[in-house]
Amino acid sequence: MTAVGAPAERREGREKVTGTARYAAEQPLPGRLFARPVPAAIVRGRVTDVDDTAALALPGVVTVLTYRNAPRLAPADDATLSVLQDPEVPNRGWFVALVVADSPEAARAGAAAVRVTCAEEAHDVTLTAAHPRAYVPEKVSGTFPGLRELGDPDGAFADAAVRIDAGYRVPPLHNHPMEPHASTAHWDGERLTVHASSQGTTAVRAALSTMFGLSNERITVVAEHVGGGFGSKGTPRPDVVLAAMATWHTGRPVTVVFPRRMLPTSVGHRATTLHRLRLGADSDGRLTSLVHEVTTYSSRIKEFVEYAAIPSRIMYAAPNLRSLHRVVRLDVPTPSWMRAPGEAPGMYALESAMDELAGALGIDPVELRIRNEPDTEPDSGKPFSSRHLVECLREGARRFGWSARDPRPRTHPAGPLLFGTGVAAATYPVQARPSRAAARALPDGSFLVEVNAADIGTGARTVLAQIAADALEVPLERVGIRVGNSDLPPAPLAGDSAGTASWGWAVHEACTALAARLAERQGRLPEEGLEARADTKGTADAESPFARHAFGAHFAEVSVDTVTGEVRVRRLLGVYAAGRILNPRTARSQFVGGMTMGLGMALTEGSTLDTASGDFTESDLAAYHVPAHADVPDIEAHWIDEHDPHLNPVGGKGIGEIGIVGTPAAIGNAVHHATGVRFRELPLTPDRVLTGLLEAPQHPARADRPTG
Amino acid sequence: MDTFAYVRAGSLAEAAEAFAAHPGARYLGGGTNLVDLMKLGVERPTALVDVTRLPLAEVTELPDGSLRIGALVRNSDLAAHPLVRDRYPALSQAVLAGASGQLRNAATTGGNLLQRTRCPYFQDVSKPCNKREPGNGCAAREGVHRDHAVLGHSEHCIATHPSDLAVALAALDAEVELYGTAGVRRVAAAGFHRLPGEEPERDTVIEPGEIVTAVVLPAATAGLPSAYRKARDRASYAFALASVAVVLEVADGVVARVGIAFGALAHRPWRARRAEEALLGAAPTPAAFERAADLELSEARPLRDNAYKVPLARNLAVDVLTRLVPDGPVPHEEDS
Repeated sequence: MTAVGAPAERREGREKVTGTARYAAEQPLPGRLFARPVPAAIVRGRVTDVDDTAALALPGVVTVLTYRNAPRLAPADDATLSVLQDPEVPNRGWFVALVVADSPEAARAGAAAVRVTCAEEAHDVTLTAAHPRAYVPEKVSGTFPGLRELGDPDGAFADAAVRIDAGYRVPPLHNHPMEPHASTAHWDGERLTVHASSQGTTAVRAALSTMFGLSNERITVVAEHVGGGFGSKGTPRPDVVLAAMATWHTGRPVTVVFPRRMLPTSVGHRATTLHRLRLGADSDGRLTSLVHEVTTYSSRIKEFVEYAAIPSRIMYAAPNLRSLHRVVRLDVPTPSWMRAPGEAPGMYALESAMDELAGALGIDPVELRIRNEPDTEPDSGKPFSSRHLVECLREGARRFGWSARDPRPRTHPAGPLLFGTGVAAATYPVQARPSRAAARALPDGSFLVEVNAADIGTGARTVLAQIAADALEVPLERVGIRVGNSDLPPAPLAGDSAGTASWGWAVHEACTALAARLAERQGRLPEEGLEARADTKGTADAESPFARHAFGAHFAEVSVDTVTGEVRVRRLLGVYAAGRILNPRTARSQFVGGMTMGLGMALTEGSTLDTASGDFTESDLAAYHVPAHADVPDIEAHWIDEHDPHLNPVGGKGIGEIGIVGTPAAIGNAVHHATGVRFRELPLTPDRVLTGLLEAPQHPARADRPTG
Repeated sequence: MDTFAYVRAGSLAEAAEAFAAHPGARYLGGGTNLVDLMKLGVERPTALVDVTRLPLAEVTELPDGSLRIGALVRNSDLAAHPLVRDRYPALSQAVLAGASGQLRNAATTGGNLLQRTRCPYFQDVSKPCNKREPGNGCAAREGVHRDHAVLGHSEHCIATHPSDLAVALAALDAEVELYGTAGVRRVAAAGFHRLPGEEPERDTVIEPGEIVTAVVLPAATAGLPSAYRKARDRASYAFALASVAVVLEVADGVVARVGIAFGALAHRPWRARRAEEALLGAAPTPAAFERAADLELSEARPLRDNAYKVPLARNLAVDVLTRLVPDGPVPHEEDS
């Protein structure tokens, strides 16, 4: 019986459910202060005056930091971290002051009392597909070309027997982890210690080192427990810098917690994506042309491109293929990573268009995807390390009862309700980054594994201990694990669904090396034990001859109420091919969580940039609608056995994000099947759906009256 | 920090006295909205007069057959009360359609009526809002206003009232009991909230210092078929995009009594008098319901992005009216 593959319970579960797990803001240090940022109330311009007289006169307010008196920092690699360094205001909500006080309440009152005067400049926060300042970025996500073209996509599209040409829109979306961004910083002699809510503290330490001019040895960043991040804590955020600045300035411990309403403008978000999809196919449904063009925005201070055309380079065998990103730099808060960046909005558009093509061809949408299964990765020509999308589609169809489906739309009414089912494929890249780890055998027979992984609620600790136990060939209970502290062996972030692969690789190597040394050794271990270390630099990041991706298939059943336009999901089912599943308990939780987020993206989550204020209008959890329990039906997550020798020693592909990827299109396609109306803008809220039903030729929103 | 006096009132007289002694005071009930607004800086009271210890937490049957709901009856208790469920199902359904279980456990009947709009511009002190600061403009009119009013709005304010409970009260011909320096008075629930007009800062007809002491449900609508239906962005914990409360009595094949109130369409629950007049004495057919709803909603003046509310409200009204016709179709199960 191996530890890997067993449904081990989360190691920190008891601490969390009993409330003893401490988070970044819950550090009761003597003399601790609390700081609250003051956001700019203009969209673009510069601060001309900050009057802190009234704030400083309030009881409990200790100091007010602005660009005039805040510690001067070296420039950060990430411009969003350079807060209080100059008077420029690049977007609404940019922090222009920090009030430090002896209680959170005093800090809040102080922040309200700071008078900021600004010189305002004209602004533009409106994204359009034809925006004159749109440009094609050279690279997206650091490595991928902004534009790729194979063959003659326009010519092939023009010549295609069947054509789909459709536009889709995904609105701004917010990460909104349950724990808002928070940091507690304090000086311990010559050391700066920061408790941060972060998906990776090695990177936080590096940023602080650069900005504050301190060596890594003088900085410790701790993230013992993190209440979710969803990408928004994948990079250091201004809370860390502000807390460190305030403790630098005051010499006392300082906690900064961002209020919920500040998160939309200060910690990244998913930018709007406008998609144009053109699919050309022959009469048998084989794609001859695939054109996926995405227009999105970034801020003035940083180029972050939601790389939503990338999945179209991976999914289907189209000999003529163009995938293009355009970006407009607007006066908006800087967008950033959010849950399957690129894949989630990109696959919504591509998989909706595939459904439209299936309808135009009269081919079953599962079958259409199977017919377009490529032999090699379409864009790169590389062989796949493993690809079992077809198996996921077939297994999902079998479990869902797909074969009994009447493909004609709007054939399943029940009173005012319409029912429909939909399918969509999912993909997510397999990645791994270099990591270090240490494993130590102790005289009492126990082991301690150390790696600066981040457990953001996924069960990373637990899974890494399972990997260690198997490499050491000892029972799981004998393996202790430490994560979430930058003094531990450096490791990459919990992101890109690559945490377990990256950390697990180093843990596996360290433990394998330790087991070998133990096997050679006789007699009792010394008091300090015996240690082995590993560093996967050069191996984990080695170029692979294979295209490596996880795949999945999503199936959804919805009801649409023709009285109100309300859409409710009745069933969601996902089947995944994601390599070896290391812990079915935590894996299921990841899949189901991702699918729930996909449900939110499809039906309830949406944010609006207000043209005049440059602000997001849905700024708290009463207005930004993540699904409530009542929205979430019975969700099934399954996986197929997939053995892929070309990944990493552990054999797993990432599972953190693929659950979200195909869900929105599956739900959208089900809504089309239910109503006969194609909606191409998310979320599918009652205003949109009812309006769409009313505009449809047959006025389906005027439900038949049984008593009439 | 913002300091304020806190006074725990032991009697109505004490509460009124404390309120009068602190200009800028607010009464504190469940605090589910007021405390949020204080954190946002929208409300900055000089004093909180805590009225939660007053003896107003009872549901009492009065001799004339009406039902008196004390202002401090918690929303959860109100919705679950057997007499409310039996006699005024629309009210129970409306309360359960609002907020979350935790909020309903804390929120009071009186406080629910006095909650403020959730207009995002009202809630953000960095943006113009005539309701929050009379005279400084309305950012919603040209801004994001999908959730805003289509009926009875003014150039100064397009906010809606967020209560579900109040919509049911308006349809059921309930009255709101107020205690003030001039004694006790009752006003019709349908007239308790105002349209914004020139004074968007005034949500209700309540006079300074007056306290809501009770809501009285009349005997006349007790036991009549009634229902509440709400359309929203998610299945729970969302404000209405539109809602309707209906009480309908059919006798001898014609409508003998009808009360219709819409929620989320206006600055107050919108009692649909014109629709009701059109239906009184008419046969309760879907066609009649449709005509009545259209008549009422012909007054609507939708904004750029909320025209959907008109057909939504129409559909809701026709749907609920149709379901309430005796021997009509079996009502489908409402979510709660």
